[in-house]
Amino acid sequence: MKILVPVKRVIDYNVKPRVKSDGSGVDLANVKMSMNPFDEISVEEAIRLKEAGKAEEIIAVSVGPQKAQETLRTALAMGADRAILVMTDDEVEPLAVAKILAKIVAEEAPQLVITGKQAIDDDSNQTGQMLAALLGWGQGTFANEVEIDGDSISVKREIDGGLQTVKLGLPAVVTTDLRLNEPRYASLPNIMKAKKKPMDEKTPADYDVDIAPRLTTITVAEPPVRQAGEKVEDVDALVAKLKAVGAI
Amino acid sequence: MKTLVLVEHDNMNMKDATLAVVTAASQLGEVHALVIGSGCASVGEQAAKVAGVATVHVADDVALANQLAENAAPLIASLMESHDAFLAPATTTGKNIAPRVAALLDVMQISDILSVESEDTFTRPIYAGNAIATVKSSDAKKVITVRGTAFDKAATEGGSASIDTVGGAADAGLSTFVSEEIAKSERPELTSAKIIVSGGRALGSSEKFEEVITPLADKLGAGIGASRAAVDAGYVPNDYQVGQTGKIVAPEVYIAIGISGAIQHLAGMKDSKIIVAINKDEDAPIFQVADIGLVADLFDAVPELTGKV
Ligand SMILES: Cc1cc2nc3c(=O)[nH]c(=O)nc-3n(C[C@H](O)[C@H](O)[C@H](O)COP(=O)(O)OP(=O)(O)OC[C@H]3O[C@@H](n4cnc5c(N)ncnc54)[C@H](O)[C@@H]3O)c2cc1C
Ligand SMILES: Cc1cc2nc3c(=O)[nH]c(=O)nc-3n(C[C@H](O)[C@H](O)[C@H](O)COP(=O)(O)OP(=O)(O)OC[C@H]3O[C@@H](n4cnc5c(N)ncnc54)[C@H](O)[C@@H]3O)c2cc1C
Repeated sequence: MKILVPVKRVIDYNVKPRVKSDGSGVDLANVKMSMNPFDEISVEEAIRLKEAGKAEEIIAVSVGPQKAQETLRTALAMGADRAILVMTDDEVEPLAVAKILAKIVAEEAPQLVITGKQAIDDDSNQTGQMLAALLGWGQGTFANEVEIDGDSISVKREIDGGLQTVKLGLPAVVTTDLRLNEPRYASLPNIMKAKKKPMDEKTPADYDVDIAPRLTTITVAEPPVRQAGEKVEDVDALVAKLKAVGAI
Repeated sequence: MKTLVLVEHDNMNMKDATLAVVTAASQLGEVHALVIGSGCASVGEQAAKVAGVATVHVADDVALANQLAENAAPLIASLMESHDAFLAPATTTGKNIAPRVAALLDVMQISDILSVESEDTFTRPIYAGNAIATVKSSDAKKVITVRGTAFDKAATEGGSASIDTVGGAADAGLSTFVSEEIAKSERPELTSAKIIVSGGRALGSSEKFEEVITPLADKLGAGIGASRAAVDAGYVPNDYQVGQTGKIVAPEVYIAIGISGAIQHLAGMKDSKIIVAINKDEDAPIFQVADIGLVADLFDAVPELTGKV
């Protein structure tokens, strides 16, 4: 079977985001960008399923600017077989991303789509669930462990009180959580090989999807800054201080 | 405006997470609460007592027993014909179901709102809370998840809502519930605890975590949290993780022990009223947000603290 893995280019998780002074957004000029960490986990899981003989082909797809190519090359270097870049410089909300992905699913007929549970820039946590709804498929969100068994998939999910296991008929959508696996690094030979792997370039118009945003960002502001308090000398001083502020 | 609030529950008890959502919804209009589950009548009665709730809709059906999104979302989408906004808590249940409802309604969800500015305008955190976006929705129906720490909790007494039953639930045949491992604990839940004691990678092992963190938490009647590093290393279960991609908490007192203060961790706790940090590195970023800091080896300082509080 085929696995489709949507990957998003986002600010690197080590970078502290800075809000632009005109309040129009976060400053991404000259900032290090990387694959969304959850999407690395998705790519890794797809590769492991392929290595286990459960899947034949992995297709990575990204919706974003020309530079999202780099993100797709990373996915190819990790082990995806080919890539689709849906190029746009416009902002694409999760609903529109899900609609584009649904069209790609119709063309490629994967049995499994693995998305990240959230992208670390907009933190929406929506795209996978929306895609599952549009396709009328089951959804295994926040996956901690997955197991394919014939024409169904068991997904152990990270939920608020602990873990929950659900069984979904295939095809299905899975969204990844942090503990699913530890993504591999791409080796140098694989990075070289990835340059030769096929990458299709498309646009949202090719899929006839209206990507006009439904949400307008009016302003983006800094959150209130917390001031550092004071350091105390020892545990006795800590206890005294805690009592003084009524904490204990 | 008529709102529909997803009640968080386990078929027996309504969860606190519901109460902040009721407050957010009441800023938009009339509050209708929705209980989906199986054998959940008592939850409907609890929801009817919440101050500010006008009506409770109870959908009680075996197909809804585990609130699987595949079965819940179509039912909610059909109820949205007579409601203007759907609001769910930003819990794993809410985050699982709401986007599925949004897509069925062809609506762009507004995730994790911090405030209601007007009927169509909300604030929400992006980039791990390093920026706050004010967004305006052009969709006719709104689908929203609500950050629990950003709204006051509605009172659990004082309301006298009418209760009606909703039929039409069906098993979509896409998913089945297999099992659940829910830790039973006397400890307060992280998202409602007044005090949280949280441990990081520095603890070194699950034995040490238990030996150093647990007694202090017991003494203070506190909930226990952890950094991602401590969870990944297996010192504590997943659902202890505080942060951007774990739980968002805002207790009266948050005690961070052997936690460096990465932005992803800060995103989950920096709205705590008082932050206490114990770390042996005086330059650890956690001290930049801590009200009270102690530079010390935690293996000495924490047992001593436990003895003295
Ligand atoms: C040039 C540009 C500027 C933008 N400016 C803004 C802005 O100012 N304000 C704003 O709100 N939004 C903006 N966006 C849109 C935004 O970056 C996101 O694409 C969108 O909001 C999705 O939200 P999310 O990533 O948090 O979704 P989530 O639902 O959190 O993402 C979950 C998963 O869905 C998949 N996924 C999500 N997006 C993509 C994608 N594009 N390609 C492939 N897979 C994907 C990934 O697997 C990801 O892990 C902009 C986009 C572009 C390209
Ligand atoms: C996609 C993504 C999502 C993430 N989400 C989260 C999240 O939700 N929550 C989260 O917490 N992290 C998250 N992280 C991880 C985050 O970036 C950090 O790696 C993590 O928070 C570090 O945990 P820590 O502070 O316990 O460990 P470290 O950073 O290793 O810090 C350990 C600290 O302990 C101190 N120390 C060591 N020994 C002692 C001693 N004996 N006594 C006192 N102090 C001592 C050290 O000085 C140090 O400051 C995420 C990362 C990514 C990429």
